[in-house]
Amino acid sequence: MIRFENVHKRYDGGREALAGVTFNIERGELAFLTGPSGAGKSTVLRLIALIDRPTRGTVLVNDQNTARIPRRRIPRFRQRLGVVFQDHKLLYDRSVYDNVALPLVIAGASRREIDKRVRAALDQVGLLGRETHPPITLSTGEQQRVGIARALAPRPDVLIADEPTGNLDPDLSAEIMQLFARFNEVGVTLLIATHDLELIESMPHRRLKLVAGRIESDSPGAH
Amino acid sequence: MLRYFGLHRDNLVDAMRRLRAQPFATLLTVLVIAIALALPAGLRVLVSNLGTLSGGWQSAADFTVYFKLEVPTDRARALAREIAARPDVASVQFIDRGTALEDFRAHSGFGTALDALEGNPLPDALVIRPASGAAGNVEGVAAAIRKLPETDLVQLDTQWVGRLRAMLALSVRIVDLATVLLALGVAIVIGNTIRLEIQNRSAEIEVTKLVGGTDGFIRRPFLYLGLCYGLAGAILAYLLILATLAILKSPVSNLAALYDSQFALAGPSWRETGVLLAGGALLGWAGAGLATARHLRAVEPR
Repeated sequence: MIRFENVHKRYDGGREALAGVTFNIERGELAFLTGPSGAGKSTVLRLIALIDRPTRGTVLVNDQNTARIPRRRIPRFRQRLGVVFQDHKLLYDRSVYDNVALPLVIAGASRREIDKRVRAALDQVGLLGRETHPPITLSTGEQQRVGIARALAPRPDVLIADEPTGNLDPDLSAEIMQLFARFNEVGVTLLIATHDLELIESMPHRRLKLVAGRIESDSPGAH
Repeated sequence: MLRYFGLHRDNLVDAMRRLRAQPFATLLTVLVIAIALALPAGLRVLVSNLGTLSGGWQSAADFTVYFKLEVPTDRARALAREIAARPDVASVQFIDRGTALEDFRAHSGFGTALDALEGNPLPDALVIRPASGAAGNVEGVAAAIRKLPETDLVQLDTQWVGRLRAMLALSVRIVDLATVLLALGVAIVIGNTIRLEIQNRSAEIEVTKLVGGTDGFIRRPFLYLGLCYGLAGAILAYLLILATLAILKSPVSNLAALYDSQFALAGPSWRETGVLLAGGALLGWAGAGLATARHLRAVEPR
């Protein structure tokens, strides 16, 4: 589902963020991308979301070579990808409902369809009933869950998350991770970058450890 | 299809909501646009009024022919009939010297001076109205009559009308130029407003791009915003023109009355109003289009 083949990424300043990364995540898998900050976790996710292009190597998402996707086709590609950000990236001048509805509106779903899917997504993250609230009135954990609901609403095949628990206390973090594990059970492929090893210690999923732009270890899941 | 129109309607509603949310800033921008639109549109209305006025001076194409004093009145009458028969002459009014003298005595105030003269010093005369009234034609008729041996003087009053028409044509051209420049100005003002709006909403644009918003989807709200600015400016410009005409109405009719004229200022026609409103909306759209083409690409997810 997500396949990196000898991927290098060098940023303009000359810093080499990735130095030959190779891995393959199967359909329906949940994998954690771990490693210290600066190891290149965000870069991996940016390459998957086509925010950046690799300097060398091949990135395949959903059997599609991302190098063959021209700029004008990026929006359609991203519509099939769910992305969760550390800083939520919510729109604070809109209600929770409108935030979650955004990708559906973009995809041109009907009003009825949007309504159904927004409610379903909010229900999944436990925020049903908060549709009309502005995000700013929610706690950080709740805002992150709105961000997750937005990523889930269009029912993407692949969901990537960059430090989704970075700003949360341990209890909330565990809750969010359990949420991701539940999505995985219904067949969503997930790649979650986190530096919080303690948090995922008890979880039986695959771990890719990135150090200085290289995969240092790849420990398979326990099931 | 319905969904598509629904999106456009949402964009329009959103644009109007945004304008309402900052009434003062919106008013200032709209006022600038309105003044820039009202100037050329108002000048145009003025010029078309002047055109109507000079069109009403059809009679100014008339000219007067004075026969020599020794030409007998019967001969003059016969000539009048001949001239009237020409295809390039619409009508001929014969003024015999006796009537002319009576008129002059009655209106000029020189009655006693005339009495002192021996006989009638005035010749028979014709007032000729050329067929089309067009300036070029007048010259032709006048030249032909001037050649008659009985003609003493052909008095042409049309030169100043020609000059006035030429001046009107020139001012129409100047108004055209001003229209182009000010329209450009309106597009730039709106473009700049939209550029600032893009900067203010860069977070929103970034997020929209991240969740798969196409360029068209991201651009559309800004285009509608530009459209609203342009249309609001045009409506305000229309009101400004109406207000100006209302203020000028009574002094103009006073002036017209002094000239024995029924002339009254006409407001913008339906067509002119339509062009103003559509033009304003189109300029807003175009200005926003320029700004989005130039600046939206700069906002990329980081």
